[in-house]
Amino acid sequence: MDTSQIKNWYLDLFKDFEKHLNGEKSSPVHKVRRNAIETFADLDFPNLHQEDWRFTDISPILKHTFSRARREGSRLPAADQLSPFLFGGMPEHRIVFVDGFYSPELSSVLELPKGTVVGSLANALKQENDTAVENISRSLNPGASAFTALNTAFAQDGAFIHLPKNAVVEQPVHILFLVTSKDNLIVQPRNLVITGANSRVNIVEHYASLTDTVYFTNTITEYIVGENSNIDVANIQSEHESAYHVASTVATLAAGANFVSHGVLLGASIYRHDVNVILTGEGGSTNLEGLYLTRGEQLSDTHTMIDHAAPRCTSQEHFKGILDGKSRGVFNGKILVRKGAQQTNSYQENRNIILSNEAKVDTKPQLEIFADDVKCSHGATVGQLSEESLFYLRARGIGVEQARLMLIYAFANDVLKGIKEDEVRSELAGILSSRFLENVS
Amino acid sequence: MLEIKNLHASVEGKEILKGIDLTVNIGEVHAIMGPNGSGKSTLANILAGKPEYSVTEGEVMYEGKDLLAMKPEIRAREGVFLAFQYPVELPGVNNTTFLRTALNESRKYHSQPEVGAGAFLSLLKKKMHLVEMPDTLLSRSVNEGFSGGEKKRNEILQMAVLEPRLAILDETDSGLDIDALRIVANGVNKLKSRDNATIVVTHYQRLLNYIVPDYVHVLYDGRIVKSGGKDLALELEERGYEWVKQEEIAK
Repeated sequence: MDTSQIKNWYLDLFKDFEKHLNGEKSSPVHKVRRNAIETFADLDFPNLHQEDWRFTDISPILKHTFSRARREGSRLPAADQLSPFLFGGMPEHRIVFVDGFYSPELSSVLELPKGTVVGSLANALKQENDTAVENISRSLNPGASAFTALNTAFAQDGAFIHLPKNAVVEQPVHILFLVTSKDNLIVQPRNLVITGANSRVNIVEHYASLTDTVYFTNTITEYIVGENSNIDVANIQSEHESAYHVASTVATLAAGANFVSHGVLLGASIYRHDVNVILTGEGGSTNLEGLYLTRGEQLSDTHTMIDHAAPRCTSQEHFKGILDGKSRGVFNGKILVRKGAQQTNSYQENRNIILSNEAKVDTKPQLEIFADDVKCSHGATVGQLSEESLFYLRARGIGVEQARLMLIYAFANDVLKGIKEDEVRSELAGILSSRFLENVS
Repeated sequence: MLEIKNLHASVEGKEILKGIDLTVNIGEVHAIMGPNGSGKSTLANILAGKPEYSVTEGEVMYEGKDLLAMKPEIRAREGVFLAFQYPVELPGVNNTTFLRTALNESRKYHSQPEVGAGAFLSLLKKKMHLVEMPDTLLSRSVNEGFSGGEKKRNEILQMAVLEPRLAILDETDSGLDIDALRIVANGVNKLKSRDNATIVVTHYQRLLNYIVPDYVHVLYDGRIVKSGGKDLALELEERGYEWVKQEEIAK
């Protein structure tokens, strides 16, 4: 199958999708979908000749004819199958999506501040929630890539979180996406998070699976971060290692808003994440951290774009990679400082450790600065575990395997330690240990 | 305890040690002195098992076993300790966790029960008095952002925790002011016993005012060219290494 055939495959899927929508076809969101599918029809899938995709060969994804996930087709996991994904049962607002569809049976939301909504986008759209209807896809260009267009065309369910002004959500909101189907599915969650002025929420955006078949998660999350509000996201991508995961995060920050993201990216055979943060109001700040671990033939690509469109904003990026086997890492960090964005303070760092002879990483900072009173710095390193450090540990009686693990863990830990939820952090630390202990034994 | 016979070693193809013979008995303190580049640090690092040095000839027996056949971690667990000239910073590795892991690795090796976190902390507090180490350095990453003196004290703290049979101090006095020198030397002296031995590698005599050696050896161009009692250090201080060099050339 060539790429035009695969495009037709998805266009046909859309027709089938529309057929099953019934009355929803007349809803405002369906206009958004129709526009998106038209955009998709005009776009080509990304390829290696495009600057933004030149290290990331997505052609394996296009070799599959994935079928559309259906609410009625998904099999609910039993409670005990869910427990490995629940971080020791920490208190949380839990919204679970099975094969992309909200599962009320598996979800449970604790008491929330007045006016706060934590639930599914499908429900919000069905109930004609104005905030959801007005904001979906507002901050995002569906033509950004064929994947973005495709997700928007099929936008149906995902998390919808809305905090009115001054609302503070104490417990984290855990959004868990589980793929369970044995069919080769394309799952396209669409999340929308909107925070009113001075509000605050911590979110765990979590992708995992209970299946070992090849599937494709094509997900988008829009964060609309209100004035002086705070969103802190732990983004955990632990898809099955045969899966594909393409993600787009768009955060639009008002004045004084703060958006923090801690990515821990372990799974999928091809992973591509575009993180766009737009600082539209004075004094906004963002802090993006990420840790990507790859092995075997995994490919992990993070593209960040921070758009300083207002003065006195701060952005910090701190991405780390640990690469093993024949795996490949890509980090591309673009920082745009627009003309009026005076007194911007921006810092970007990408550090990588390569554990094997065949793993590879491509790292690229991209700074475009049009203001004159700014502070921008960046740095990137690719290296191996330090022989000096290893010898120091061994000279104290620590075996070489454990010494390696300690150094890897130390390297990774400064990303992990930013994660707010103790339970999430210790769970991830455990995954890290077992991964590298397994690796050496 | 330690018997070095005709030890030759090279790094990156260049011969540094050209036939060292040295015997250290239990309870003894040996000082190894010598000008820069004479091979002092090479000897210290070879005893600890640093990978980039290759031994080309000779043997080293430690408590009747072939030391050179042991991996660095096994040497450490067998009781060999090197206090580094340049202690390595380990960002992200907690100092206390590091020390406890090191101690427990050694205990496991000797089939002793591991020390729990609580018990270890009280042990550590006691050891810290030895080197007048502030508590704040324990919660930090190993050596990260430590001053030169703090790094050296941290080395001696590790030594105090691990209680080695054979301690090798590689230029432990370098970069220390007089107060730090006194603290570090006091720590070493308190750890000295009839059941262990110490090798002090140093360029200057001043450390030997605090840690008094039983024997002093002068290393020059990869060989021990002179051995004597503690007075030899004083003589060296007075006459300088030129004296030894001239004597060597005269031979």
